Amino acid sequence: MSLLQYEFLRNALLAGFLVSVACAIVGTLIVVRRMVFLAGGIAHVAFGGVGIGVFLGIDPIRSALVFTVLSALGMGLALERLEISEDSAIGILWAIGMAIGALFVGLTPGYVPDLMGYLFGNILMVPTGELAVMALLDLGLFAVTLSFWKELVAVSFDPEFAWVVGVRTKLINTVFLLMIATSCVMLIRAVGIVLVLALITIPAVSSRHFTKSLGWMMFISGLFGLGFVMVGLYLSFLFDIPSGATIVLVAGLAFLLLEGFKKS
Amino acid sequence: MNVVELKGVWVEREGQTILEDINFSVQEGDFVGIIGPNGGGKTTLLKVILGLVKPSRGDVLVFGKEPEEGRHLVGYVPQERIFDRDFPLRVIDVVLMGRLRGKGMFRPYSREDMQKALEALELVEMSHLKDRQIGSLSGGELQRVLIARALVSEPKLLLLDEPTANVDLPVETEFFELLEGLRKGITIILVTHDIGVLSTYVEKIACLNRKMYYHGTKEIRPEDLEAVYGCPVDLIAHGVPHRVFREHRP
Repeated sequence: MSLLQYEFLRNALLAGFLVSVACAIVGTLIVVRRMVFLAGGIAHVAFGGVGIGVFLGIDPIRSALVFTVLSALGMGLALERLEISEDSAIGILWAIGMAIGALFVGLTPGYVPDLMGYLFGNILMVPTGELAVMALLDLGLFAVTLSFWKELVAVSFDPEFAWVVGVRTKLINTVFLLMIATSCVMLIRAVGIVLVLALITIPAVSSRHFTKSLGWMMFISGLFGLGFVMVGLYLSFLFDIPSGATIVLVAGLAFLLLEGFKKS
Repeated sequence: MNVVELKGVWVEREGQTILEDINFSVQEGDFVGIIGPNGGGKTTLLKVILGLVKPSRGDVLVFGKEPEEGRHLVGYVPQERIFDRDFPLRVIDVVLMGRLRGKGMFRPYSREDMQKALEALELVEMSHLKDRQIGSLSGGELQRVLIARALVSEPKLLLLDEPTANVDLPVETEFFELLEGLRKGITIILVTHDIGVLSTYVEKIACLNRKMYYHGTKEIRPEDLEAVYGCPVDLIAHGVPHRVFREHRP
């Protein structure tokens, strides 16, 4: 493929691959646990962390990582202690996270980097150093998932039974929240909040039609994610349209086609 | 020793009393049925025994210990309708969860775990379905699989929550015969809203609707039932060979 002679496209494809792997691992678990809304909340909280970083003049991803992890853990605690439903808590977290981001960016004097970049990202501009970080994230996610596989499965399917047979469900849930938080933060600079959410949800939901095993679901959703990224990149290059949005729309279209095909 | 002992247990949630001053004990080898209307606190009672719900007042002892420490001796069969039918898991994967007990993290299931899981499926006559997706089973089949999952953890006490809610009568009978067969040495507590289910098989019956009426016998007193359901209940025991209600005293 002659398009591959461009370094930025090679990088974009590699980034797409690395993002797809991370989203397949985390996204499958999120989708089967019906926690997509939680992932959305956490991803948007990251935006607050980015704003704080911009204001303090430090690397926004670092502040986002700290802020998001703390918020995710805080919400885990709040859900245990307060009598509030999970979806309300997430809605509140979501809004406050974004508001904090907007506030701190507003308070920052002088030149302010484009925050739209964190919403939609730019997969065509991922620096090589970032690719290494994403590869590390993938490896980490892979190792954690493999180590806690049977506990993650049990807690996802039936948390009460898992507790009764002695699984440390709180620990497993915390590990899972940390997986979501780190993934969201590491991936948003490269591809933006919206694309992260799309690649967490759509490939996993689509892969459900093809397998009855959680492990295979992860593998297949990885393939789907990569496919969406490749087709989206190609189309965005062909028509000179924004890459992130194109990938999301390709994924959405593929999802609709699959659902329609399944129904007929 | 009492397998389960509840003393003055209250559970309150969001200002509402769900369980009120429950005093209840179960001896080793008992087969206790608890009946009561939906929303009467039956599932909550089981969760108190499992340590999943902390009472706001009162003491709970399971095998003479706190529920959290006693839970390794308890097997739990939740209501089958709480499950997400789309969950991508095979029957055998579900049963294997029973082997998580005492298993360290980082270690996959062993060959022995697999062997035990298959044996448990054999016992409930479900081994031919071991590779089926969990959501494709009928209510009765899933119920048996959940029992197999509880049994592979080798419990001394088995808690069953509405085990026959979604199965028809022949399956129900089969189910209780299965339980009878498994019973050697296992204490069973079963909750249900279906009186007919209980009569033949259980040895002791308690009535629960926020408060508990329990006399350590198999008879249901009409006045207890009235108190529990809040209205006179027409007691019809269809074709049941055992006497459930005490003879009318003059």
